[in-house]
Amino acid sequence: MLTKRIIPCLDIKNGRTVKGINFLELKDAGDPVELALKYSLEGADELVFLDISATEERRKTLVQLVQKVAQTITIPFTVGGGISSVEDVELLLKNGADKISINSSAVKNPKLISEISKNFGSQCVVVAIDAKLINENWKVHLVGGKVATELDLFDWAKKVEELGAGEILFTSMNNDGTKNGFANEALAQLSKTVNLPIIASGGAGTLQHFEEAFSIGNADAALAASVFHYNEISIPNLKKYLKTAGIPVRIQ
Amino acid sequence: MKMKIAIIDYGAGNIKSIQFALNRLGFEGILTNNPNEICSADKVIFPGVGEASSAMKKLKISGLDKLIPTLKQPVLGICLGMQLMCNHTEESDTKGLGIFDTNVVQFSNLVKVPHMGWNDIKTADEEQFFCRASTGFMYFVHSFYAEICQETIATTHYLTDFSAALQKDNFYGVQFHPEKSGMVGEQILKNFLNL
Repeated sequence: MLTKRIIPCLDIKNGRTVKGINFLELKDAGDPVELALKYSLEGADELVFLDISATEERRKTLVQLVQKVAQTITIPFTVGGGISSVEDVELLLKNGADKISINSSAVKNPKLISEISKNFGSQCVVVAIDAKLINENWKVHLVGGKVATELDLFDWAKKVEELGAGEILFTSMNNDGTKNGFANEALAQLSKTVNLPIIASGGAGTLQHFEEAFSIGNADAALAASVFHYNEISIPNLKKYLKTAGIPVRIQ
Repeated sequence: MKMKIAIIDYGAGNIKSIQFALNRLGFEGILTNNPNEICSADKVIFPGVGEASSAMKKLKISGLDKLIPTLKQPVLGICLGMQLMCNHTEESDTKGLGIFDTNVVQFSNLVKVPHMGWNDIKTADEEQFFCRASTGFMYFVHSFYAEICQETIATTHYLTDFSAALQKDNFYGVQFHPEKSGMVGEQILKNFLNL
C-alpha cells in the first residue's frame, strides 16, 4: 500500500538552515547536511531543500550543498529556490537532486513547467504554491509570500497539472509558522481539483495536525520544518502515532 | 580485483544518485556510453528517469539499443530503464528493447498519477536475489507500469498489481529506485553487485 510521506523541509539561507515565522524573522536552525542525514536515518520519507533567499536575491541554488546532501542521504530530495530555466534544472539534477521545485518563476513563465516536464519527466517537477486566504478566496503569492497576485489557488493548480507538473507543494500562508494545524479544507479541495500528489505545508504543531492533514486534508505528504529542527516532534514518534491512528506510513 | 560497474549514461535523468549510492557501498560506478567500456564491465546498471520516446531516441543515436540486449553480465534496469527493457510502452507509443516479454501501460485516472512515494513489494519467488533483502518499502515515482508477466519476480499494488521487479537470465529490472530507498534499497543494490 502506498504510504503517506513525512517531509522535513530545510530552508536554506547562506548555507545554513533557517526557519521564519510567517515567512519573516529568520532564525538559525543548523547545518543542512547534518540535519539531512539525521532525518534520513530517522525515517523521513523525503527531504525538501529550499534556498529561500534565491528568488529575491537572484542567487543560484547552492549546487555544492546539493551535491553534499545527495552524497550523504539515501532518500529522495527536492531542491527549490531561484530556478528559472531548463539549464538551472539540469545543473541540479546532475548534482544529485531528484526533483526540483518552482514557484514564482512558474507563475511568471508557465511554459517553464512544460519545458522541464518534457525534458526531464513530470515526476521531477514540483510546483510550489504559496497562497493566502483573503475574503474567502485563496490567492497565490510570490517571492516567498511577499507579492500578492490575482491568481486563484485552485485555478492555478489545475493549470500546472495541465502543463505537466508531477506534484504540488501547497503552503498556506495563513497557517505557516502558527503551529495551529494545516489548511485542511483547502487541501481536501485541492485533491478534488487535481489528480496529482499534494504535499501539505504550513501549520504543523502537533502529532494530531499531521494526522488531520491526511485524514481530513487528504494530503499525500506533509511537510514541516521547525517542529523537526527544534526537536519538538521526532519522526519515529510521529510515524508511530500515525500508524496507531490508522494512517499508512513507512516504518523502518 | 576491483569490480567494474558501468552506469549507462545516455543523457537521461539523474544518474548521479546511483553513482553516489554505489560510493556509499564502497564501489565505484563509471558513467559511460562507450560500448567497449560497457561490454567489459562486471555489472551494468541501466538507469533512466524521464520520457520514454526521447530516452529511446538517445539510446539509438549511440547504438546502445542494439548493444544492451546482447550483454552477458548482470544488467540492472532501474525505473524507465526497466520499462525500456520491455516490449512496448504506451508512453508516446514507444517500442522497447524486448528483453522482458511484457508491456508498459499508463495508470488510470482513478488514482493520483504519478504513483509517488513508498510502497511495499511482494516477492513471487523466495529464491530471487532481492528477496534476500529484508522486506520493506521501496521508493516509487512513475506514471506507467509494466504488466505482470512470466518474468515478474515482485509485485506492488497501486489500484492494480504490477511488476515491481522483473528478471530474465542475466537481466534484472526494478520499477522502484533502490538508490533512493534507504537501507532496504541499498541491500538490493548490494545483492545485485554480489550476483
